[in-house]
Amino acid sequence: MTPAPALAIEDLDLAYRVRGRDVSVLHRLSLRIGPGESYGLVGESGSGKSTVALAAVRYLPPNGRVLGGRVLVAGRDLYGLAPEALRRLRATEVSMVYQDPGRALNPSIRVGEQVAEIFRLQGLPPARARDRAVEMLARMRIADPASVADRYPHLLSGGMQQRVAIAMALSTDPRLLILDEPTTGLDVTVEAEILELIAQVRAELGTALLLISHNLAVVAGVCDRVGVLYAGSLVEEGPTREVFDTPRHPYTVGLMRCLPQGGRRKDHGRLDVIPGFPPAPGEGAGGCVFAPRCGLATDRCRAEAPPLHDLGGRLSRCHYPDLAASLPRAAADGLPASVVPDRSGPPILEARGLGKTFGRVRALHDVSLALHAGETLGLVGESGSGKTTLARLLLGLVAPDPGGVVALDGRALAMARRPDQRKALQIVFQNPDSALNPAHSVRRLVGRALVRLARVRKPDRAARLLGLTRSVQLADRYLELKPTQLSGGLKQRVAIARAFAGEPRIVVCDEPTSALDVSVQASVLNLLAELQARRGTAYLFISHDLGTVRYLADRIAVLYLGRLMEIGPSERVFSGPHHPYTASLLSAAPVLNGGSGGRVRLEGEIPSAIDLPGGCVFHTRCPRKLGPVCEREEPALHPGAEPGHEIWCHIPVGEL
Amino acid sequence: MTGAAIILFWVVCALAGPQLVPYDPYATDILGALAPPSARHWFGTDQLGRDVFSRVVVGARDILVVAPLATALGVAGGVVLGLVTGYYRGAVDNGLSRLVDVLLTLPLVIIALLALAAIGASTATVVVVIGVVFTPLVARTVRAAVLSQAALDYVAAARLRGERGPYILFVEILPNVAGPILVEATVRLGYAVFTVATLSFIGFGIQPPSPDWGLAISENYGLIGGGIWWIVLANAAAVASLVVGVNLVADGVQEALAT
Amino acid sequence: MLGRILAKRVALSLITLWLLSVIVFAGGQLLPGDVARAMLGPLADPRAVANFNRQFGLDRPAVVQYWDWVSGFVTGDMGRSYALRSPVAPFIAAALGHSLKLGAVALVLVVPLSIAGGVWAALHAGRAIDRVVSLVGLSATILPEFVTGIVLILVFGVWLRVLPITADWPEGAGPLTQLRYLILPSLPLVLALFGYLARMARAGTIEALAADYTRTAVLKGLPWRAVLWRHVLRNALLPTVTVIATQLGALIGGLVVIEVLFRYQGIGSLIFTAARQKDFPLLEAGVLTVGAIYAVAALAADTVAALLDPRIRHGASR
Repeated sequence: MTPAPALAIEDLDLAYRVRGRDVSVLHRLSLRIGPGESYGLVGESGSGKSTVALAAVRYLPPNGRVLGGRVLVAGRDLYGLAPEALRRLRATEVSMVYQDPGRALNPSIRVGEQVAEIFRLQGLPPARARDRAVEMLARMRIADPASVADRYPHLLSGGMQQRVAIAMALSTDPRLLILDEPTTGLDVTVEAEILELIAQVRAELGTALLLISHNLAVVAGVCDRVGVLYAGSLVEEGPTREVFDTPRHPYTVGLMRCLPQGGRRKDHGRLDVIPGFPPAPGEGAGGCVFAPRCGLATDRCRAEAPPLHDLGGRLSRCHYPDLAASLPRAAADGLPASVVPDRSGPPILEARGLGKTFGRVRALHDVSLALHAGETLGLVGESGSGKTTLARLLLGLVAPDPGGVVALDGRALAMARRPDQRKALQIVFQNPDSALNPAHSVRRLVGRALVRLARVRKPDRAARLLGLTRSVQLADRYLELKPTQLSGGLKQRVAIARAFAGEPRIVVCDEPTSALDVSVQASVLNLLAELQARRGTAYLFISHDLGTVRYLADRIAVLYLGRLMEIGPSERVFSGPHHPYTASLLSAAPVLNGGSGGRVRLEGEIPSAIDLPGGCVFHTRCPRKLGPVCEREEPALHPGAEPGHEIWCHIPVGEL
Repeated sequence: MTGAAIILFWVVCALAGPQLVPYDPYATDILGALAPPSARHWFGTDQLGRDVFSRVVVGARDILVVAPLATALGVAGGVVLGLVTGYYRGAVDNGLSRLVDVLLTLPLVIIALLALAAIGASTATVVVVIGVVFTPLVARTVRAAVLSQAALDYVAAARLRGERGPYILFVEILPNVAGPILVEATVRLGYAVFTVATLSFIGFGIQPPSPDWGLAISENYGLIGGGIWWIVLANAAAVASLVVGVNLVADGVQEALAT
Repeated sequence: MLGRILAKRVALSLITLWLLSVIVFAGGQLLPGDVARAMLGPLADPRAVANFNRQFGLDRPAVVQYWDWVSGFVTGDMGRSYALRSPVAPFIAAALGHSLKLGAVALVLVVPLSIAGGVWAALHAGRAIDRVVSLVGLSATILPEFVTGIVLILVFGVWLRVLPITADWPEGAGPLTQLRYLILPSLPLVLALFGYLARMARAGTIEALAADYTRTAVLKGLPWRAVLWRHVLRNALLPTVTVIATQLGALIGGLVVIEVLFRYQGIGSLIFTAARQKDFPLLEAGVLTVGAIYAVAALAADTVAALLDPRIRHGASR
């Protein structure tokens, strides 16, 4: 007899009751995870992927109800269990780890006790339970586990908290571990560590995994098989590599094309997009759920819902799985011929010796950089790197420490800027919910910017407004709506329109796509590239995502703990030779297809900005630390492999 | 809904009371004094033979002027103070927090007692005292709301367009803190009604011979030991209904804004 | 870390009390104007007025008067009453003793009741029992104490005749008799606090029940009892504990009315009488005492909160 699958979901129909109506969230969902297998479930926001996780542990919100189908964990029907049997099942067979570990741990209990609780439940005496808890933390490769066990969750970093959460989940020695966006919100280098840890403990313990993520690359690195969820339906499933290499469903095909990956740059043309919007939950019956957005859809697709076709070890919910790869591009091909940035002249914006200290926190130290007309400078760094502080300093939202200068056209800017100086430099913020006043209509948001920045007089205002909103591909009917009535992508278009109202010469883009789904992200990146090509605007593009930076940036600056590590032409920074920190960032970023060649691992945690390491700030984690010189002396600038490429490291460029 | 209906009822009583009631609320009738409720006098009569029902209906007037006025004063002052301190911070802000700390150490009734003893009890002073005490308390709520709004990027965006302080405060921020202000105003109105009634009861609020609920209870609660319960009960019910009405509205507003 | 937080908190309390003393002094000694005239009547002999002013030191500069008053207060000399022509301190002490008794009875009743009620309602959120607790709580809290007091007197004292309608127990009564006399006066205070505390407890519990850490605890397979006591209530009731102290203000405000209504010789009726008679030294001393008690209670609450919540203890704010 073969052992029961770790998780079997059979024809699950699930709905949330909203205002007396059942709104369907999952539709006839089936999946099966064998013992020890790792299965990845990917989907965009609203696809229902988190609901799958909650359904698999029977922890649905009070308004969630199973309308049909079964969920079997280790062969036992989860929804047929009595409360005590359910508790025992959770205590032995299935565990879950989710996003935001800071909230998953009880704030008022020491983490060691929280882990030990499980061993006490298994009947161990307190002292023994504690020892086991410390052992478990040690297995999560936590250095000094005994002292970590004595701390409260809020004293641990996000990565450390997630290790504790995973330790707790594995303490029951479960057959199935469910991970719901376990690394979302963590820094890339930390994410890489956690993913590696997950892969490793899985190999050691033989636990089956259900890994849920919006990030295809995360799943690609960890899972044997992958399922693609769209609007509550599984549209494609198969071995991970096969699905990502040769997708057989138009949605998967479109999703892969949206990603700025494999070194794509703006001069290669636009990214492809998936047109339209996903259906609202419970909306759209009859026919294929993806048909309204599919370039291949036929009358049959719109009338008849496709079954899951078995393609020999793979499944696709498409009438024409063999045609999927021929999905026509939805975005126009080329970009308007872009203005080649001219770096021979003087820079339009320059920062010299910029620093910022907030109380005891040294957010930024001695940063100098220059931006030329029409170019994009990508700013890359993890949390605490000071990238947002740098943006705010350049914009004049906060005053730099004495000695730092921001110069526009070679003239130093005062804190109180003149109207033409304000107009020259604008920003697109990360979170449009915060950046757009929810009390004002789109017309007013953009119109006010035209009045203040472009000094547009009344008679021209309406025409200019339409011209501007159309240039960011915002349909006229949205003008009277408030931001809360718009989707994330549309909101970001409004924010972009506002930034461009005064025809700025420089726009700071502070992680403008990080809150967006991939398909929406692609269209925003296309828009930014197009606006730049048409208007010659220079960008300072801040991101933690190397793929998006690479797509848009001509030059890249790498920040760590408020200091520049490296700056240079984009392709040079990617190809190297580069700073050891850049090297580790590049190798930490999860990639979709293969390339799991030797990762540069970073030791330890990002130090606190209050208590910065002496010498080179990176020496505490540097895998190529030379010795005492790195602890004592701050490295001077080294010219890199070509002009304009600079590296701050004690190691000679030739050896990097 | 129920709350609004109750308030509306008392507002009508306050406005049109004298025209509606069966007896002149001031007309005494010594021979018919202390009559229990009957068909002629629904709520009985008091020691001077005045009709209790008529006096209860007309008694809505003063409290419905004093409490809303005091609230309006406090909210108006508090909104301006809260907007300014929440956005500009600085010394005024620190001063405000200390002042709020001080006010929180004393119950409103005691502050009012001290002030009324010092400057003399009158309806106008009740309005001013409650209004002045409410100002920093409202300001604290508004300030907290403004503080969280001021950290949002739309304020930074406004500064980057070169908007001036007053524009940012009143056009950008104010509409987004209107919810908390509305809630605060309704809650404060509840406290004001509570306080005015209490002050009247202890003789520092509305002064006789005005018909007033708190006053009537204070003048007559000594009689309940002797079985004369209707005067006190009728007035107590009136106070209770108004307070409950205001608070139901406050709750309703809060819930409506939460969703 | 804990020491530093508490030191800062104590310093803030002292500043608050100092400001309070200035405001009270200004209110009591500067605002009223010619106190002597008010006390002695408009037709009083100018020499009597001068004499009064000299006797009470009112002819000196305000700053000197303030200093005398506040330094006396710190050393236990609270000044002399205008009306009683004797030191204030003994009256305050006696009244305080009475009020503390009444307040203690109310607190002992209300804290367990309201927490239990709030938690119970939260565990049955949305169901009938929840609505009942919430509705009763709301109405009890918002009604002025003199209204609930009157109704209680009517029901239990006049109609049912089971409890005395004043708190003025006979001379030499034992603790049990005293308690019997204190039940009716304490009930309006209990009602006033019940709604607020129960609401806090309910809200805290509902929030904790929905928190991710509770999900973690349930999914660990812990028995429900352990989830509730170790994980939910521990975090849920923290705000309520802090609020108990701050609600002391409402309690003392209620005392003024209740003590007047039930003819009880506590700090509330003392302040009331002093205000009626414009006996400012007595009034000021009473008000400042109330403020000091509140400040100490708030300090105690913050200390307890810091002891219970590691996040506050470590001064973390993320």
